Amino acid sequence: MHRVSLPPIGTAKAWREAARGFLAAGVPPEQILWGDHSAAPDLFGGESAAPSGGKVSVPRSFISMAETAVWHSDPERFARLYAFLWRVKDAPHLMSDRGDADLAVLRGMEKNVRRCQHKMKAFVRFREIGDPNAPRRSFAAWFEPTHHTVEPTADFFVRRFSDMDWRILTPDVSAIFENGKLTFQEGHAKPDLPEDAGEQLWITYFQNIFNPARLMVKAMQSEMPKKYWKNMPEAAFIPQMIAEAPARARAMAEAAPTLPPVRMDRVQAQLSAFSSAWDGPMEELPVAIRACTRCPLHCHATQAVPGEGPARADLMVVGEQPGDQEDLAGRPFVGPAGQMFDRVAAEAGLDREAAFVTNAVKHFKFTARGKRRIHQRPETPEIDQCRWWMNAEVAQVQPKLILAMGATAAQSLTGKGAGILKRRGTIEAGPEGIPVLITLHPSYLLRVPDPRVREEAEAQFRSDLAMAARMMAEAA
Amino acid sequence: MAKQTLDQKLAILSDAAKYDASCASSGSTKRDSRDGKGLGSNEGSGICHAYAPDGRCISLLKILMTNFCIYDCSYCINRVSSNVDRARFSVDEVVKLTIEFYRRNYIEGLFLSSGVIRSPDATMSDMVQIARKLRHEENFRGYIHLKTIPDASPELIEEAGRLADRLSINVELPTDSAVQQYAPEKKPEQIRRAMANVRMVKDAGKEKSYTGKRPPRFAPAGQSTQMIIGADGSNDATVLGQSTRLYSSYKLKRVYYSAFSPIPDSSAKLPLIRPPLQREHRLYQADWLLRFYDFQLDEITSVTRDGNLDLEVDPKLAWALVHREHFPLDVNRASREMLLRVPGFGVKTVNRILAARRHRALRYEDLTRMGASMKKARAFVTAGGWTPGGLTDSADLRARFAPPPEQLTLF
Repeated sequence: MHRVSLPPIGTAKAWREAARGFLAAGVPPEQILWGDHSAAPDLFGGESAAPSGGKVSVPRSFISMAETAVWHSDPERFARLYAFLWRVKDAPHLMSDRGDADLAVLRGMEKNVRRCQHKMKAFVRFREIGDPNAPRRSFAAWFEPTHHTVEPTADFFVRRFSDMDWRILTPDVSAIFENGKLTFQEGHAKPDLPEDAGEQLWITYFQNIFNPARLMVKAMQSEMPKKYWKNMPEAAFIPQMIAEAPARARAMAEAAPTLPPVRMDRVQAQLSAFSSAWDGPMEELPVAIRACTRCPLHCHATQAVPGEGPARADLMVVGEQPGDQEDLAGRPFVGPAGQMFDRVAAEAGLDREAAFVTNAVKHFKFTARGKRRIHQRPETPEIDQCRWWMNAEVAQVQPKLILAMGATAAQSLTGKGAGILKRRGTIEAGPEGIPVLITLHPSYLLRVPDPRVREEAEAQFRSDLAMAARMMAEAA
Repeated sequence: MAKQTLDQKLAILSDAAKYDASCASSGSTKRDSRDGKGLGSNEGSGICHAYAPDGRCISLLKILMTNFCIYDCSYCINRVSSNVDRARFSVDEVVKLTIEFYRRNYIEGLFLSSGVIRSPDATMSDMVQIARKLRHEENFRGYIHLKTIPDASPELIEEAGRLADRLSINVELPTDSAVQQYAPEKKPEQIRRAMANVRMVKDAGKEKSYTGKRPPRFAPAGQSTQMIIGADGSNDATVLGQSTRLYSSYKLKRVYYSAFSPIPDSSAKLPLIRPPLQREHRLYQADWLLRFYDFQLDEITSVTRDGNLDLEVDPKLAWALVHREHFPLDVNRASREMLLRVPGFGVKTVNRILAARRHRALRYEDLTRMGASMKKARAFVTAGGWTPGGLTDSADLRARFAPPPEQLTLF
């Protein structure tokens, strides 16, 4: 009679070596007594070492099954594995016969261990035990596995958490990973791990991700059996969550619908700017623009100023917004900046009368200071609201080129208003893919104090207008 | 308003996210951080780190970036007309929560969704920024699932796909007309275009360039979508028709069915119902038959009375009860295709039967050991030592499976 006692650490390797020796020496299963470290040694009355070495070949699928099933807590596991191995050596096809009673038991053990490993990967909860700001952080967990799963599962945690130190302590075998090195120790008493700040957030998450209208306690417990609950911080709250669920579900059903919050109107107006398009008859467009109340600018301005020019034009010129003069006259490009544009356009050979001229924002935005109205730059929500009209005008005029003067026009037509000085003189894609030539706004030329810079800017503006004129000539 | 704490924001923004059914963390590329230079791993199969009492798995940190939203979808807790508390995470807060939860082994990764704020592009680019920071600054190698905003620009969606394991876009409801009715700002054709775009970019990622180099991986765990069940009047045939179209057109990994659930502060346009959980369960069963058991859509729907699946018996059993002319099957001779049609036999059981019967004839007890559910299967098979006799054609066969009549409970 042979007696073997296998160690708690390195069990799989030890069993495999012993089994290989016995099998090579032709020792039948009934002549071996297998025990693990927990079996009292004097029960067997001394040990006799397993014959070592020898070469045997068994199906690969048996090895992989044995290396998992060997971690089961059933004391019979070693003997069962060897007994089946004894049968399989002469009949390798047995491995594919899932109806075989011996194999079914071993496969069942393998499944239990795999499940236990899976639950360990899932339910181990680390607490931080070191300084959170240290370059290498340090965590520890207390876990109580059903089978001897720590050793075969530790590598999972190495693959996942190798940039930190961690230890998983269990009453069975504990895994300790420090500075990239993994070691195992036998049994531990339950340690007193420090409170962890992350735990409260996790519990908050657990309570709020739960939907009380779909209470399914059985489904939860079949996947997360109660035996694991004591080491999971969130599980303490489960009974309360279950108890309150029916009342919460009822309260939702009984609550009367409320009035929408005041913010809703504002939000939906903003939304319509993104989604809809003006679809009235074209000749009514200027009238519709004049009646616009899409944004609060209409409260203070005199009137909205629609574009002007031929109903169809190859060139569309877009400025920022009506100024003081335009607001009063109700026509675009009649103030100082408009006159500046007319002058430079004439110098550059651009036919002003053939172009449709309009503004990115149709209402004048200003602050009143004393007796004067000071121009204010329109903001993104206003530009977005007014893009609705911009798009309607583009759809009507069908230009081959759009000249965008200044940041506001550029933002309305290309979605981006920044960096005009760098972007000027270049062509970008606008609405419906129509090319947009970016240039300076004429009012900029009026405002630059340094005469040298002003001259340079005017030259740039002139060259951009000349470029537009050239493109028009080529397109014609 | 007082400044919200991280805990308060987390409470609001996880409560707002729970109506999304998906929490899968499986099917992506294998990777680990054994090199010590990053955090996290992905091993192909997903891990559920906890279960809530609603029976749902908690695998990912499933949160909304913000629950402010400019849309008014009747079924949604976050619609603009709802009075729920609102909150918004900063980019750094989401990154910190993800990393700290992950280090404590609470989660497999992040599932980030969001209400639409300002504009679709602005919202999407904030979400992409979170994913970018996780991947490039924190060297995070865990799982990331991003819910994409259908109207966002294709460039943003492409970057999202390079950073995330999975992308998803919700079709929301089974028919276009239902979407128009209950989610007036959403456009079904836009949602489909976005899914088509994800598929095209993903397909292009499989082709090597002339130098033999592969383009960067794009959403390796594929794309998925979700449909709400029971909010509109669509029957199960319509729902399954829509999902087969989606699976085939856009190569979706999963279509999730989400029973329309009561929400706090519901809309008057859509009265609350008790969530049709059993119907949801049957739809998933039918979905599995279509994808793994070679069933055709019309085979499943033709045995229903009004286009809705039988709530009392599962769809495979329902089919077998109507098609008894094929049964009983001899497990020792029947083809794989037919074995897959036996109620109580799963794909694993069938594989085990095929492997074992090469060497010997199988008996009734073998089938039990192989994992078959013989309570269901025994009326439909013969094996060594077993023949169902008149059971297969008996008139009360259905009654043996259907649950006993139950008194209705009040909601």
